Amino acid sequence: MSDEQSAAIDVKKKTAGSTRPLVEVKGLSRIFDVSKPWLNRMIEREERLLLKAVQDVDLQISRRETFALVGESGSGKSTVAKMVVGLLPPTSGSVMIDGHDMWAGTSTADMTALRRRIQMIFQDPYASLNPRWRVGAIIADPIKAFGLSNDVAETEAKVADLLRLVGLDPADMQKYPHEFSGGQRQRICIARALSSNPEFLVCDEPTSALDVSVQAQILNLMRDLQDRLGLTYLFISHNLAVVRHMATRIGVMYLGRLVETAPSAELFLRPRHPYTRMLLDAVPDLKMSGRARKMIEGEIPNPISPPPGCAFHPRCPLAFARCRLEVPKALPYGARTAACHAVEEGKA
Amino acid sequence: MMKLTGPVLSVRNLRVEFPNRRGALVAVDNVSFDIAQGEVLGVVGESGAGKSMTGTAVIGLLEPPGQITAGEIWLRGQRIDNLPYEQMRRIRGKRIGMVFQDPLTSLNPLYRIGEQIIETIRTHLPLSDAQARQRAIELLSEVGIQGASDRIDSYPHQFSGGMRQRVVLALALAAEPELIVADEPTTALDVSIQAQIITLIKRLCRDRGTAVMLITHDMGVIAETADRVAVMYAGRIAEIGPVRDVIQRPNHPYTRGLMGSIPTLEGNAARLMQIPGSMPRLTAIPKGCAFNPRCDKVFARCREERPEEIVVDQSRVACWLMAKAPATSPSGANS
Repeated sequence: MSDEQSAAIDVKKKTAGSTRPLVEVKGLSRIFDVSKPWLNRMIEREERLLLKAVQDVDLQISRRETFALVGESGSGKSTVAKMVVGLLPPTSGSVMIDGHDMWAGTSTADMTALRRRIQMIFQDPYASLNPRWRVGAIIADPIKAFGLSNDVAETEAKVADLLRLVGLDPADMQKYPHEFSGGQRQRICIARALSSNPEFLVCDEPTSALDVSVQAQILNLMRDLQDRLGLTYLFISHNLAVVRHMATRIGVMYLGRLVETAPSAELFLRPRHPYTRMLLDAVPDLKMSGRARKMIEGEIPNPISPPPGCAFHPRCPLAFARCRLEVPKALPYGARTAACHAVEEGKA
Repeated sequence: MMKLTGPVLSVRNLRVEFPNRRGALVAVDNVSFDIAQGEVLGVVGESGAGKSMTGTAVIGLLEPPGQITAGEIWLRGQRIDNLPYEQMRRIRGKRIGMVFQDPLTSLNPLYRIGEQIIETIRTHLPLSDAQARQRAIELLSEVGIQGASDRIDSYPHQFSGGMRQRVVLALALAAEPELIVADEPTTALDVSIQAQIITLIKRLCRDRGTAVMLITHDMGVIAETADRVAVMYAGRIAEIGPVRDVIQRPNHPYTRGLMGSIPTLEGNAARLMQIPGSMPRLTAIPKGCAFNPRCDKVFARCREERPEEIVVDQSRVACWLMAKAPATSPSGANS
């Protein structure tokens, strides 16, 4: 019954604020202090080391949209996810979920209500399930934690429904996680994430640990669930083909900054930022069309001492003087944004 | 050394078992393939398909209780699967180079990379210390490490993941092996670095005529690198043939399902093709064709009889659908 009530509230909230994006991130930054302890610094005369994991990220996610963040390791995409979901406080900037600020000026009661509406799915289904709990208890935990139901039979019925929803057998609730394969475990993780009736799911590399045939099952399931339950996804992946399949809009990250955002189809058809082009070029060509590939040399620089100006300039084929001096701002180009001097000056 | 023109590596009916209390688990079952000089054979499959186990058997590093219980492995006409440990140790490194997934665990963190490469060179080649060092520098520049003469005295932790994998490649090439067994060499790397390493492997293979056994789960890497590909399922080869044929016109229903389940940059299918279920565990490999419970084209014969490898064009396909005239059981209700 309480489920129905909360669902009714959801519907009201959804209709009330339907014009506003569900998630609004503004100027989000996160700096990690990775320096040695004070005494070591004094003795070895070293400076404080600051790692700017995320800098000045702006993004909006509308309802029922799948926004994907792509980038190579160390680009800051998981850090953004943690800040959006409320697991990691930002150094500066704001995260607004449906008009509520995730990190400031929201009362504890409102925060609890907000947290119920956001859930997360992690990369490793082997590490994200407690091996000593039965599957039924794992899935029922959010129901209990948010006080959605106190009735044992009702909770059990809900868990059974959730298991059916993700393609497992209700009898599986008596089993332990080790009795399941990787793909089935990820289904359990999804069932757990859905048990608090969330609207917004943050999925951090949900299929990277899975084999391709199992990945296809999970991606199909996630799309079906989105259609049925009206979910909004923030989808994080390093795999461009997976992102192409899932996302309606895509943000490309490089060294902590969002270098380009665009509707999915446009990004793949006409990538603007040189880094996006490089990423697309680097994807192995399964069709074996003999497509010419431009190999970009070099590697991601050390994020503790990133290059001045545009962080991509040492690897960029279009780099010119301004790129070495000035950090490019994300500027709008129609429905998309790009942070690149070459694009701004019409050189790309 | 009977025939130098023949394949570099020849694996015949290889079977690897893990004996346990209830009998034996068969991890690799009746696997046969050849790799010619300068050829890259991709071995692809999902986890548990037996692809790494096949590679480990070839380099003679099966962990007990795993053992080769049937079949033969020939390297340039010399049988190597039954060699004593000490003899095999000398072949490994000298005639067979190895590259593993995680470059950090393949390198000793306590030794400078130069020392490790020089040690390998001096173990296998009759060179002096100075000559070996010179050769190590050449190898490092060949695999694309800039300023090799300076970087040779660095420790592994001073390199990035991509650079470390280059060092591992240099190490594998140190004694000019005839064969390189590369097990998931690009899996731990980012796409841009992955593309660089793939190009490097291809170039080395072409320039030196080294045969490469490239084990990976990534069809994209196979499409870019391999000349031929073997698709493995539940310890068996489902389909083996020229990479273009296998990827573009797969014959085995498993290969077809596998290809369909890979999201691509071009297609925007609303749903991916999916194969129901998952790979069977070694304890419960189905009777007949191992793929039959997941196959959409299964018929009576598949549940009873294990499919032979049937020649289709230049490929070999282990599927009863390929048997044009079903000799034994005409009862096949096809699909």
